[in-house]
Formats: sequence, C-alpha cells, structure tokens
Amino acid sequence: MQYVLLFQENAEERGKRTDPVAAGPYWGSWSAYMGAIAQAGVMVGGNGLQPPETGTTLRIENGTRHVVDGPFADTKEALGGYVVLEVADLDAALEWAARAPCAAAGSVEIRLVMAPPAG
Amino acid sequence: MDAARRRSSAVAEQAARASYGRLLALVSARTRDIAAAEDALAEAFAAALAQWGEQGVPANPEAWLLTVARRAAGHQQARAATASRAGDVLALLAEEREDAAASPFSDQRLALLFVCAHPAIDPDAQAPLMLQTVLGLDASRIAAAFLVSSGAMGQRLVRAKRKIRDAGIAFAVPDPADAPQRLGGVLSAIYAAYGTAWDDTLGADSRLAGLRGEALFLARLIAELMPDQPEALGLLALILHCEARQPARRAPDGTFVPLHAQDPLLWSREMVVEAEAALRRAATFGAPGRFQTEAAIQSLHAHQRMTGERFTGPLARLYDVLAGIAPTTGVMVARAVAHAENGASSAAHEQLRAMTGTQTYQPWWAALARVSWLAGDAQGAAAAAATAAGLSADPAIRAFLLGGGYRFAAGGANVGKRG
Repeated sequence: MQYVLLFQENAEERGKRTDPVAAGPYWGSWSAYMGAIAQAGVMVGGNGLQPPETGTTLRIENGTRHVVDGPFADTKEALGGYVVLEVADLDAALEWAARAPCAAAGSVEIRLVMAPPAG
Repeated sequence: MDAARRRSSAVAEQAARASYGRLLALVSARTRDIAAAEDALAEAFAAALAQWGEQGVPANPEAWLLTVARRAAGHQQARAATASRAGDVLALLAEEREDAAASPFSDQRLALLFVCAHPAIDPDAQAPLMLQTVLGLDASRIAAAFLVSSGAMGQRLVRAKRKIRDAGIAFAVPDPADAPQRLGGVLSAIYAAYGTAWDDTLGADSRLAGLRGEALFLARLIAELMPDQPEALGLLALILHCEARQPARRAPDGTFVPLHAQDPLLWSREMVVEAEAALRRAATFGAPGRFQTEAAIQSLHAHQRMTGERFTGPLARLYDVLAGIAPTTGVMVARAVAHAENGASSAAHEQLRAMTGTQTYQPWWAALARVSWLAGDAQGAAAAAATAAGLSADPAIRAFLLGGGYRFAAGGANVGKRG
C-alpha cells in the first residue's frame, strides 16, 4: 500500500529553518528521519517545500484567472513537505508519521494513494 | 439544586473511576459478555447522573450502580434469552439481592484480567482489553497509546469481546496448577502497556504518563490479589524501579538524561524501597523468572548509581540469564550493550550483527551506535546514531542521539562526555 505523509509545520517550527541556533538540529532531525526511511527501504519519493509565502495560488472564476501571492488559505499550519511510502498498512504508516520531526510541532496527515483505475 | 447536581455528578464520576473495573467484572462474570456489561454499566451511570441530582446520592453508590447495571444486563439477556441462558438471568437477578447491601464486593477483577489474557484472545488485544475493562479507558485513548488508528483499535476490542462471549471463556481464576503459566500472559500484557508508554514518550505526553500509572495500578493489583506468585512481585518491582526514575529522566529544559547521568536524589525513594521489598519477597520463593530477572537488573542499576560501585560484570551475566529465559529482540539488544559495557565490545558487535528483523527497530540502532563507539568506531557510531534518531518519535531522544549522547565511558562511569 502506498501512503502519502503530508508534513504540516507551525510557524515557529518553520522559523527554525533559518534560525542560526535551531537550524542545525532542525535539518539534522529531518535528514536523520529521511535517512531512516531510506534505510528501511520503504521510500517511494518525496520532497521538502519552500515556505508557503513563496507560493502562488491560481483560481479560475467565470473564466477569469485570479493569481494570488502566497498560500490558498492562511492557516496556522502549512505544508512543509511530503513523502510517499510503500508500507503494509495504516499502522505502519502511522508509525512512520509519529517519527516525523514535525509530529510534535505541527501534524502529519496520512493519505492512502488512490489505486489507478482498472483496465 | 445546581450544587446538589454538581455534587451528585462528581460522586458518580468518582464511583466510575474508582470502581469501574470491579463493577464491570461483577456484571460480566455471570454473562461472560463484556460488551453487554459495558452497555449495562453505561446505562447505570446515566441513571445515576439523572437520579442522584434529584433524589440525593445513595448511601452506597457502588451498590446502587451494581444493582441498576445488573438489572439492565438482566433485561438485555432476557431480550436475547435462549433456553440455556435463562438460568443465568435468574442467577444474575438473585445475586442482586445477595450482595446489594454488601460492600466491599467480592473482587472479580482478577478473573477479568485472566479472561483478557486468555490464550484464545489475539495477543495484540490483550493489554488494550485490560485497560478498557479494568480501568474503563476509551478505545481512542488506548489507540493513541498503542499508536494505531482508533477505528482499528475499536475493531480489535470488539472482536476480542465477541470471542470471549462466543467461545464461552470462563470468568475464573485458573487453578493453582495452571496459574503460573496463565499468569505469564497477564503479566506480559501489563508490561506491554507500561513499555508502550515508557518507550514512546519519556513523560512528554500526559496521556501516556497516565497509561504508565495505570499499568502500575494493574501490577500492584495483581501482586496484591496473588501475593504468592513471585513473577507478579517481580513485575511490580520492575515497573516500580522504572517509574521511580521518571522525575530524573528529563532535565528542566526538557533534554533527555540517560541513566548513567541521572541524579538518584531525584528518584522516588518510596518507589525504590517498595520495589526492593517486592523483589526480596519474590526471591524467598526460590522460583526465578523473567520479570524477577529484569527487576534484579534494574535493582543493580539503581545500586550502581546510588553507591558509585560498578556492576558491569554481574549485569552482563544477569542479561545472559534473561536471554536464556526470554530471548526477545529487546532483551538481546540490551544484552549486547551490557556485554560492551563490560569490555566485550567486539563480541557485542557480533551479537547485534547476528540479529535479524531489526531494520526499523530503534533500540537496535541506538545500541549499535553505543557498541560501535565503545569499539572505537566513531564513524560507524555516528551513522548508526543518525538512523536511531530518525527512527525515534521523541524529540528529546532525537536530539540526544544527534548530539552524541552515546559517547561516554564504558559502564556508565560518571566522567562526563568525551569526544
């Protein structure tokens, strides 16, 4: 089964990426986590994402394009990255989710990848 | 009026917490239907909230709850009655008359614990079932502790209860000949509940801290109900030793403090004393076992910290004994580290390398980091520590490993960090 783990970080956690003191442990934790996933042979793929303020949102309403700077909605937590895992079941996916550095400073959403339509 | 209602709901809540397991055991002992007994008990608590506010709290709240719950269970049974079950219903209603006035009630919780740990019940469901039936915890809280989705945990519990009802598992304490073997299942399930809370949190999550307390409650209960079973005393001693160290496992800033660096003055003295007394009493039966051995190991660790004397040799030998009794993955990993602390780091390395199925087992990687460092392989140690950190769900443990917390002198001698 393939599961996507969506890593949601709060603003404080995101701020650690560029904080002179916190950046070392922040990136160290993520690289250890990604390394452990790879080591276990369950990694299908994944990426970290630039912060939400670098994003752009597009929407078409009545044929008109609306392009807005920043994320679709301003929320406390924002998507910081994702991985796709090949694991046996939801319990195994939950176990990996609990190990994510943002699990204690945000949340991890777990979604089952849709199987391609038959035929 | 409002004050009376608040008081009555407080009394009902207190009765629920204090006697849930005892009441559930009494109601389900006759019907063998835990799910039905839970419904009956829920009905009784709802009735208590409604009636006590208006009519006042009865003199014996527990007896009142038991009477109402038994009546509700009787009605349920009558609705579903078959000829063979009619006798049970009558007996249930007769019991209501017998001990409506009696308090304390006969304690059926021990029987309930044995039912939960019956070999016919899925091993993964045993500890959760105990927590739910004896302590009344809800499925979503238990699910969080065992890191499964609450839907899956709910299913697991429902299946287990159905099995108990349909297979007609007896609500009885096994006879003395079978008791030690069956007791093993009960003790393992309690230990699993404690270990779940211990490993995953280090006290950071208050819900899991509660689970530790509840496992301790069950361990005390079973040692009290079966005072002549040395393994029950051993488990109690083991949990008490671990629990005593809780206040010392984290520095004020939240960082992880390993055993070799803990201040024994922060340990709970009462718990250490109680643990040592339980272990001494267990030893008088001359029947060593897994939990007594694990408790003896923790006892030696405690003495080592308190006296400054080093017991690395005896610890390695005790782990060999333990590996002979219970060669679980956790024990084999800890044994390798004990040998490395005792100076045999290359043998320890081989022991770790010989194990299989440890690819995502965090303690194995943490042990590899420690053993590699003691063997002089700093690079291998750092790589293993990084993997161990990536497999940890605890931010404090992660920081400890990435910060080189595995680098200290052999045997945990308190000389500060090197390197």
